[in-house]
Amino acid sequence: MTTVANDVLSDITNVSRRAFTLGLGASVFVLAAGLKPSFGADGQAYGGDAMPHGLKEDPLVFLSVAEDGTVSIICHRSEMGQGIRTSLPMVMADELDADWSRVKIVQAPGDEPTYGNQNTDGSRSMRHHFQPARRMGAAARRMLEEAAAKTWNVPVEEVEAVNHEVIHKATGRKLGYGALAKSAAEMSVPPREKISLKKPSQFRYIGKGKIGLVDNFDITTGRAKYGIDTRFDDMLYAVIVRPPVYGGKVAKFDATEALKVPGVVKVVELESPPPPSEFQPLGGIAVIASNTWAAIQGRDKLDITWDHGPNASYSTDIYHADMRATAQKPGKVVRSYGDVDAAMKTAAKRITADYYIPHHAHGTIEPPAAVARIVDGKCDVWGPLQDPQAARDRLVKLLGIAYEDVTVNVTLLGGGFGRKSKPDFALEAALLSKAVDGRPVKVTWTREDDLMHDYLNTTAVEHLEAGLDADGKPVAWLHRSVAPSITSIFKPGVKYEAPFELGMGLVDVPLDVPNLRVENGEAEAHTRIGWFRSVTNVPHAFAIQSFVAELATAAGRDPKDYLLELIGPPRRITLKLPELKTDDPWWNYGEHPETYAIDTGRLRRVTEVVAQASKWGRELPKGRGLGIAAHRSFVTYTAAVVEVEVDGGGRITIPRVDIAVDCGPQINPERIRSQMEGAVIQGVSLATVSNITFRDGQVEQTNFDGFELTRIDAAPREIHVHLVAPDETYEEPLGGVGEPGVPPIAPALVNAVFAATGKRLRELPIRDQMAS
Amino acid sequence: MAITFNVNGEPREVDVDPNTPLLWVLRDELGLTGTKFGCGVAQCGACTVFVDGMPQRSCVTPVELINGSDITTIEGVEGPEASAIQKAWVEIDVPQCGYCQSGQIMSAVALLRDISDPTDEDIDGAMTGNICRCATYVRIRQAIKNAAAELKG
Repeated sequence: MTTVANDVLSDITNVSRRAFTLGLGASVFVLAAGLKPSFGADGQAYGGDAMPHGLKEDPLVFLSVAEDGTVSIICHRSEMGQGIRTSLPMVMADELDADWSRVKIVQAPGDEPTYGNQNTDGSRSMRHHFQPARRMGAAARRMLEEAAAKTWNVPVEEVEAVNHEVIHKATGRKLGYGALAKSAAEMSVPPREKISLKKPSQFRYIGKGKIGLVDNFDITTGRAKYGIDTRFDDMLYAVIVRPPVYGGKVAKFDATEALKVPGVVKVVELESPPPPSEFQPLGGIAVIASNTWAAIQGRDKLDITWDHGPNASYSTDIYHADMRATAQKPGKVVRSYGDVDAAMKTAAKRITADYYIPHHAHGTIEPPAAVARIVDGKCDVWGPLQDPQAARDRLVKLLGIAYEDVTVNVTLLGGGFGRKSKPDFALEAALLSKAVDGRPVKVTWTREDDLMHDYLNTTAVEHLEAGLDADGKPVAWLHRSVAPSITSIFKPGVKYEAPFELGMGLVDVPLDVPNLRVENGEAEAHTRIGWFRSVTNVPHAFAIQSFVAELATAAGRDPKDYLLELIGPPRRITLKLPELKTDDPWWNYGEHPETYAIDTGRLRRVTEVVAQASKWGRELPKGRGLGIAAHRSFVTYTAAVVEVEVDGGGRITIPRVDIAVDCGPQINPERIRSQMEGAVIQGVSLATVSNITFRDGQVEQTNFDGFELTRIDAAPREIHVHLVAPDETYEEPLGGVGEPGVPPIAPALVNAVFAATGKRLRELPIRDQMAS
Repeated sequence: MAITFNVNGEPREVDVDPNTPLLWVLRDELGLTGTKFGCGVAQCGACTVFVDGMPQRSCVTPVELINGSDITTIEGVEGPEASAIQKAWVEIDVPQCGYCQSGQIMSAVALLRDISDPTDEDIDGAMTGNICRCATYVRIRQAIKNAAAELKG
């Protein structure tokens, strides 16, 4: 008998076991008929409507009220620290006018046909789901009101839902949500035009920042369950040794000694698919044991000869030099206007700089881990998955079983940052469960596994050239970006970046220059490249915002004033073909090009706000300096000022960082602040100490002693987050929050180091360049 | 080999390879998953527990060395410092993903038991061994100070 020792799991089972569902038996098609997706004039879908499986906004699916008044709200997005299990249900609860203390959060399994898109990535959760969540809450509120009106035989206009009960003002009668649950279930879901959303002045929770994280108690008492914490009584534990070089495979192996380790149950060879490996497991040799330690001990005893394959010569030094050489030659033009070459020739001054950024690992403190079991031909998986549907679709194919027979349960994620959007580790668990007749198997990645086999953020050389006129103003701007593409994990022979990669702060550079050309140089990937928080915005912002500061220096200008001048006057920019020379129209994070046009007024505003808040221009003692940078990413605007202090030995400390953010309407301000605080320090980390390098195709950093991360002693002592809202109507389009804090930090930091020392650093991380 | 020790006040006996790190005994044998695996080499602090009241990285502590000891994990940590720290953590919403916070809290409790009114340097000294990848450090520092202030009354 298998028993489940996991609170998260018991929540999940409730999805299909709820006793009273609001609107039980009512038609979901009523609501569906009222839906008007946001399509452009060309019929093109944008935002959440353009995501796989789109948006589902059926209150019958997402909300239920029990007879005791408990409101259960399904969170269909994955929780990885951004607070979505709190914030999104909070939106529904607000429109429902529910008492938050009587709300229970239920985590949805991977099931996009039911819940709509669940891929928790791209800073999209609140951006895409805020309005649907509001409408669902409001629709359910209306149903409760209709139920009460019917009970009292009064017009529905005379009743009002207030804080978990419906009130008939004229007579003072009241009915709690629990008492109304059954009768509300008989109401049909109101069509969209009958749903009335609250005015912002009526919000109980939205925009208030008074709701703590729903998982806080569990987290602070050790009760919170992450994927790695999933347990079954008869579970086996596995670790895998994967090919040390991407594209490699086992030539031969001997498991004799491994099998002698007490506790080792089985050794299984897993096939290594040839690259591109997409989200498939990398293969290798798995050791299955009665506990994790025995599995690790057994793995150490394996004798394996590898066939390293075609990427065995991948070495960072050589690749860096190659990218640098490529960046000096013309590349594929991806955006162009004016005549850059002519303007460069007549410019009073020409400035050129190359910037380098290494691979970066996610380093989630919960490494990839998942549990799978197969019972009666049905596979259940539990894991910390950002994209559970991706896991489900691939499990169906991998196991050759029916879609309905695969259940992907989403646990809490001990960090995500893009790593857990790839479900390779969940597929490994399923393969190993199959190898032991369906018994539950937990696959744990050790830290070494995680760093050696990550989907790394790309490495890049960014080549910038500018021609300045006699006043120091740029008349020509050339940016050539060279970086291996994420799309290399999906198809062979990829040499150029995809529109979405070019669209992260490269082609959409919002500067006011009369002649501009952006090029993309060739680069082939030799390892798995993947999404890391802010993705290619990291190298693009680092290069562009460093270069702007370099130009300011060349022009003898204040960096902040010069940056504002280069951003230019407030205007809305929509990138169009043929100025844009990519194969596809402007990516713009999947959002509508007009609704979400680049608004330089907003970029100016965050820059001005952060400059003022940080007292830009103030006198500083010797060895201290301020640096500034601004960037638009995930349709949100951020600007940062970093203050550094550099001592005589080149040691950097960061007394203070200010960051201003304009993400449109702010739903849960405290979570926006915490996301910015974390993003600032991740930015400091990648700027100062962290990198992944390769030698002979293999990662050189195997644990946190090699892949260093910023710790509390080196973190900024103070971080001041300045929230800049465009309006209080909550009707403006929302921007992303999870990622946009990262890109401005590295350039602001190196600009501050320059201000403090006169030393211009163009390669990250700067750790080893400070001593001389 | 049978090894006996107390975990959160309860006597336990396990029969495992004596070299097994305490971390895996807690997680796999005893089902106490609040203590987290992060690195396996005492680099990240996620596995911090108390052994006879002293904070230790359970991922590098062979279980044979704790024979007869009192182990405290996040599930059982208590006392005025623990209460103050847990309360302070919740009050200012320190956690993001929360995974490292078991270890952060254990280190912070140990700090306050040692130094009731820690300076920033004391906090750096006690907490630098604990990595938070979500980088909640600013709030961790503040919460420790808040807890210390509350304990002072």
